[in-house]
Amino acid sequence: MSDLDHPDGVICPGGPLLLRGDHVVTDAQGRPHRTTRPVSAVCRCGKSSRQPWCDGTHKVLPPQARP
Amino acid sequence: MTPRGVGYLPRMLTPKARGSLSERLLEAIRARPRDLAAVVGDEPESVDDEQIALWALYELHHHGFEDVDDALEWHPDLLALRRRLEDGFERRLRSRWPSPGPGFRTETFAEDFFAFVEGHDGASLAAHVQRTADVEQVLDLFRLRSVYHLKESDSTAWAVPRLRARTKAALVELLYDEYGAGDPDRVHAHLFARGLEACGLSSEYGAYVDDVPVEVLEQNNAMTLFGLHRRLRGAALGHLAAFEVTSSLPSRRMSQGIARLGLAQEMADYYDEHVEADAVHEQLAVRTICAGLLAEEPHLAGDVWFGAWSCLDLEDRLARRLLSEWAA
Repeated sequence: MSDLDHPDGVICPGGPLLLRGDHVVTDAQGRPHRTTRPVSAVCRCGKSSRQPWCDGTHKVLPPQARP
Repeated sequence: MTPRGVGYLPRMLTPKARGSLSERLLEAIRARPRDLAAVVGDEPESVDDEQIALWALYELHHHGFEDVDDALEWHPDLLALRRRLEDGFERRLRSRWPSPGPGFRTETFAEDFFAFVEGHDGASLAAHVQRTADVEQVLDLFRLRSVYHLKESDSTAWAVPRLRARTKAALVELLYDEYGAGDPDRVHAHLFARGLEACGLSSEYGAYVDDVPVEVLEQNNAMTLFGLHRRLRGAALGHLAAFEVTSSLPSRRMSQGIARLGLAQEMADYYDEHVEADAVHEQLAVRTICAGLLAEEPHLAGDVWFGAWSCLDLEDRLARRLLSEWAA
């Protein structure tokens, strides 16, 4: 029974994908990275220095370069 | 002093007074027997005096003092004085706030919030640390930050039982990460304590409060004010969101500055943790916590913006003061 939204994945417009729970995410080189926190932010702009995780870099990109 | 048993860690002592009100207040709360009624009507002689008095009264609700009886936390005379100082402080914070904020529309709230923070062009201590600060300046900054970072998130946690289901779950989801997700070694305040020790500084809670400028006391007191009062839960969550939105990128700069100066890796670790954690938390704080609150209690929109603006403004005031002192 659920009437309040609580999705496992949330796409943030212009920002990362939020991922709830314990997962393994592979980066662009195919290396696996296990999540370490209750909710993780997966980079979608491709510019994060801490792939595959978001480091906030999307905020300094011009709007058209944001995901 | 009553023996408290093996393993007991002594707490801080009361801070130094900064004027006649704080002098009389601190003497009164240390004394046995006490005449607390005598200080209730005192007026602060300066903002410094007001803020250290309020900070000391608030600390009775956080960890207390080794030289003050814990029973004073809820003493009616101290509560009366606290209420009067809080009224003056809240009025001052609201008088600094220039506008009612962008309001609340569900569809655009997150974008409005990020744009609001981006549009606040404040001075940046992190940029100074990244590029030009010397070791002494950075250590000074750690001392000032320790007043808050050693109780990181604690004031916000007071808001939890005042929220409805959606917002309560959202806030606890974020706080659980702040508090280490069950692992005491990952509690953010503990990471900062380890960083302080590795830099040769004291990690004792409150160790540096006598050294901090009034802007730091205002930052800490604003968070406690917003957290303790159910009425101000909107401001508490707006403050949290603005804090998180301005943390990830500056934390990276702090970490780079720490590496540039060859300071302890443990302190870099604290900031590195915040690069990733706050890239998550900023999204949660805006999209699930504040937006959730305003979906359930839309009348709190003004306070959310007030809390957010206060966070940015108080940091800006501290940054301008430190940068001008360091440039002198």
